[in-house]
Amino acid sequence: MAERSFAREVQDLRLGDGDTFRGEGILAITKGLLQSGVSYVGGYQGSPISHLMDVLADAQDVLDELGVVFQSSANEAAAAAMLSASVMYPLRGAVAWKSTVGTNVASDALANLASGGVTGGTMIIIGEDYGEGSSIMQERTHAFAMKSQMWLLDPRPDHECIVNMIEKGFELSEASNTPVMLEVRVRTCHMHGSFATKNNVKPGFTIKDALNNPRRDLGRIVLPPAAYEHEQEKIHKRMPAAIDFVRNNRLNELKGPRDGKVGIILQGGMYNNVIRALQYLGLSDAYGNTQVPLYVMNVTYPVIDSEVADFCRGKDAILMVEEGQPEYLEQAVNTALRRRDINTRVHGKDMLPMGGDYTAQVLLEGIRTFVDKADPRLLGNRPPAPNANDVLGHPMVQKLKGALPARPPGLCTGCPERPIFAAMKMVEEELGTHHVAADIGCHLFSILPPFNIGATTMGFGLGPASTSAFNVKADKRSIAVMGDGGFWHNGLTSGIGNAVFNKHDGVFLIVDNFYTSATGGQDILSSRASNENRQTNNSIVQAVKSIGAQWVREVDRTYDVGKMRATLKEALTTKAEGPKIIVASSECMLNKQRRVKPLIAKAIKGGERVVKERFGVDEDVCTGDHACIRLSGCPSLSVKQLDDPLRDDPVAAIDDSCVACGNCGEVAEAAVLCPSFYRADVVHNPTRWDRFKAKVTMAIIGFLQQRRDRRRPAFGIAA
Amino acid sequence: MRDETVKLALPAAGAATERPISIAIVAMGGQGGGVLTDWIVELGESQGWVAQSTSVPGVAQRTGATIYYIEMMPPLAGRSPILSLMPTPGDVDVVLASEFVEAGRAILRGIVTPERTTLIASSHRSFAVTEKMTPGNGIMDKAIVGEAIGVTAKHQYIFDMNALALRHGSVISAAMFGALAGSGVLPFPRESYIEIIRGGGKGVEASIRTFEAAFEETQNPATPDSDVEKPAIIRLPSGIGNRTIEPLINRLRNELPAAAHDIGYAGLAKVVDFQDVAYGAEYLDNLIRLYAEDRRDGGEARNFLFTVTAAKYLANAMAYDDVIRVADLKTRSTRRARIEKEMGLAQDQVLQTTEFMHPRMDEVMGVLPAGLARWLEKRPGLVRWLDARVNKGRRLRTYSLLPFLMLYAVGGLRGLRRRSYRHAVEVEHRDRWLAAATGALAKNYQLGVEILQCRRLVKGYSDTHSRGLSKFDKVMAAIGLVEDRDDAADWARRLREAAIKDAPGKDLEGAIETIKSFASEGASVR
Repeated sequence: MAERSFAREVQDLRLGDGDTFRGEGILAITKGLLQSGVSYVGGYQGSPISHLMDVLADAQDVLDELGVVFQSSANEAAAAAMLSASVMYPLRGAVAWKSTVGTNVASDALANLASGGVTGGTMIIIGEDYGEGSSIMQERTHAFAMKSQMWLLDPRPDHECIVNMIEKGFELSEASNTPVMLEVRVRTCHMHGSFATKNNVKPGFTIKDALNNPRRDLGRIVLPPAAYEHEQEKIHKRMPAAIDFVRNNRLNELKGPRDGKVGIILQGGMYNNVIRALQYLGLSDAYGNTQVPLYVMNVTYPVIDSEVADFCRGKDAILMVEEGQPEYLEQAVNTALRRRDINTRVHGKDMLPMGGDYTAQVLLEGIRTFVDKADPRLLGNRPPAPNANDVLGHPMVQKLKGALPARPPGLCTGCPERPIFAAMKMVEEELGTHHVAADIGCHLFSILPPFNIGATTMGFGLGPASTSAFNVKADKRSIAVMGDGGFWHNGLTSGIGNAVFNKHDGVFLIVDNFYTSATGGQDILSSRASNENRQTNNSIVQAVKSIGAQWVREVDRTYDVGKMRATLKEALTTKAEGPKIIVASSECMLNKQRRVKPLIAKAIKGGERVVKERFGVDEDVCTGDHACIRLSGCPSLSVKQLDDPLRDDPVAAIDDSCVACGNCGEVAEAAVLCPSFYRADVVHNPTRWDRFKAKVTMAIIGFLQQRRDRRRPAFGIAA
Repeated sequence: MRDETVKLALPAAGAATERPISIAIVAMGGQGGGVLTDWIVELGESQGWVAQSTSVPGVAQRTGATIYYIEMMPPLAGRSPILSLMPTPGDVDVVLASEFVEAGRAILRGIVTPERTTLIASSHRSFAVTEKMTPGNGIMDKAIVGEAIGVTAKHQYIFDMNALALRHGSVISAAMFGALAGSGVLPFPRESYIEIIRGGGKGVEASIRTFEAAFEETQNPATPDSDVEKPAIIRLPSGIGNRTIEPLINRLRNELPAAAHDIGYAGLAKVVDFQDVAYGAEYLDNLIRLYAEDRRDGGEARNFLFTVTAAKYLANAMAYDDVIRVADLKTRSTRRARIEKEMGLAQDQVLQTTEFMHPRMDEVMGVLPAGLARWLEKRPGLVRWLDARVNKGRRLRTYSLLPFLMLYAVGGLRGLRRRSYRHAVEVEHRDRWLAAATGALAKNYQLGVEILQCRRLVKGYSDTHSRGLSKFDKVMAAIGLVEDRDDAADWARRLREAAIKDAPGKDLEGAIETIKSFASEGASVR
């Protein structure tokens, strides 16, 4: 069960001819797949593609109606390998993942797929996680498309165009026997827009048909000598077929006037921002009515040389707008023109930045430089372009610069991983700092304040493997952290199996929170919820033991900070040989709250006895040192300034978003911090016995309290 | 600009200045920015406009800062506008900030500009982790953001939308939607907003109430923001009508300067509350003695800053944190009342609290008579044995009879306090500190004041307390190295601030190293 439910939105997948879809880009893509008659879909979640997987998971009914097979793949390699169903059979299939990381994982399967070629249309939906807000290294998928020869579609950020490119993309794939990648950037995935829908298409040839009528063709398998033939086939048959298809179906678009002294060639994904930049320069209106000829590459690989040549012929200069590095397209355009001896000047990365987002602002400056140089008359009377430099240079704003606190992401309120890292901090104080290899997942937030733990991350599930070299006897052991998501993605073999086989002496901490939480709470093998479509509840502890691990400890309630600390300490100091594996399990609080909150509300409403818990701080006991916050960072644990003139420092305070996970109390106790934390239990719908007991106790307590109150000299100041 | 281009009479291609209305929502992950975005998009679409929104959830979803962006515009003869996916600096019509510092971050992005931008921001703070984790006070000065808003926004609507939403039983997104409507930036009638909320389904009535209140607040701001720091509320009263403390108050009024009256009253109340009336007299004795020194060393010219400072820190030093005090505070009726209020306890509900205590032998020895504790101290084996029995986490159900009686009894041990080991240690420490301060006063008045303020470093319990003490000792020792320099007070302040701000103590070590380096330089020159 994912963090966000798409139960309502899924209904939009049933829209048909004459309807209008309104919603998120990711949903439009899903609808596009169904309109294209896919037989199977798969993939691995990760921003910005997670919602696509969640939508598909929630859309089981719709998929069943159409006979579409949907799998949550174990990882991107598994997803890519799934596409092999289209090698021999006329089955259309699609998979999705976050790129470039997912493409890295998948590239072995992709290279094999692309070499042998496909019969049915295959499409990889690439969530290109590039630019501001990205969580990964800044690279482009473009290189993968070129090296394995898969076509790369980069549609304009417009639902209509994206859906059209999905439909045409499958045809392109089939016409050229080549897998196709459809690239969508982060903002496009989460963009709200609309398009006119068509009926979903039930695949004519089904998976069942394929199973019942198996086919094989040695020529499609990547084995010499077929592999050598594949290369020739790619060059002499598939590439020309693709170029013809792209040309004949006009997948790339010409906008604005055909002729002019200058023109702009751009990736489809850059279109909206280019139009805005042209508008700022007075060269377009808001509706895309541009004065500068544009050649919009909705297909960025292969580059259609003849189209490029036609566009450039007769122009003095063109600007290539290509986000990210290196400048593959600019090079391709240059080659196309040189071969034809067309002397149009090609600008690109000389006027636009080599790396980073091509925002409207960046494009405005680049295009202005370009037009100013190549055809200054176009700029006419130059309407004032937006400019924030004066404001940014203002002394009051400058003053703001150093003063604003950063706001890094952190673990959620009540996160079960918090006590694990609090325990690690305490162990660190006792045994000194250790080399800690971090991994991808929510637990990666431990590298940020307040924990500041972790030295490297090498890729999803590769935390343990990245301590491989640290396998010598030393005074301290290495610690590797990995989540349950990473564990099932590949960590079981690449991390734990590897450590067992090589008799690694280090500590391996597996953080198990019952979901792949960082990507939105999808189920995995070890999820503890029951899922009618998947087999869950497969134990991580059993898995590591089965692979040969001897020293395995399970902490089945991570909030037990004392136990967590003792276990970590034991792992770091034991004489036992081989990897020391700790599986720390507790349910992701975000998902738990989503599950439990409605149940509690219902129980209270129904008159059942319910104890609601929340933590608090006695403000007169707290001294404002904030050691508790340095071991927590919980969003609900904050500070507040008291009105007491004797106090300099704000005291800790817990707001009503507290979910009573107990971390602060446990930490205060384990780290011997201070006694100011308390847990308050409010009994809703108390039983008669509850009320009686409370009444009697409070009568006695009240008597004693008043007795002492009376003896206390009254200053009229609340203590 | 080249001349030839200036002279050209080329008009712009179209109505180039006709751009969509652009709205940026700056928020923290999980703050409901998504809901607000959806509402605004639906609002635009309901009026026949084309609306597009984008966001970058990514890792920002977990409490990090994030931005949602919306553009909207009417279609033209069936043609949809081409809308941008990111805000452009200098070209944003409305910025909605769900937290005050986030408004500042928007300003730094250049999306709040005087020609164009209406800034709608909630004035409440949600502290960043770096602000919260600083030992001492790490909270950013809000005024800096306020000043920047003043010079960047075309219009500003700023009030505590979070509090307003809570008052009306809803969440901040409803308040922000109301403020957006109230600002009148969008050419849509108020009813159209309410229709959108109504279509949402969940918590509609509360959302509408909140919307209306925020709308009203935007149109007719109630009172100028009362966020300005309030002056101290504790004042020395003219008469207290309590025979036992009346003499103390009279002494405070007659024997101490007016500047120290209010703070001295607060201090007096604290120490009497901590122990008893006699302890209050001891506080005054000490303070009056310090006042004498202050007068002698020219304090009048400085409005007796030394005495005023001493009134504050002496009270804190005398009301140290021990188990007796904790037990006393936890068992008070006022404490129960405060928690009941915080939890919003209803009539038919039952409240219980659980305390997380971790007493060690150290704390037990602190309560023992000084002689006995010293005897024990010479027998570390025995102390270790005892500690093994005492030192563990203990959870007490405060409002169950037995645990309450236990805490109540410990809270009642104040009669033994003045003979206790802890008290002896505290008195000794306090005397040394005051001696150092008065010693410095004659040579360097400000240094005396700074030394008094160093007491701020000693606070907390157990480990925190010992860490504070060691910092205090280090700072005092370092001050000793520079006490003869003219800028000694300045150094004392710097050392203290370094010690407060940084938990691991690296900054403090650095400052001390610097002092040592020039202290030894001075020595070699001599």
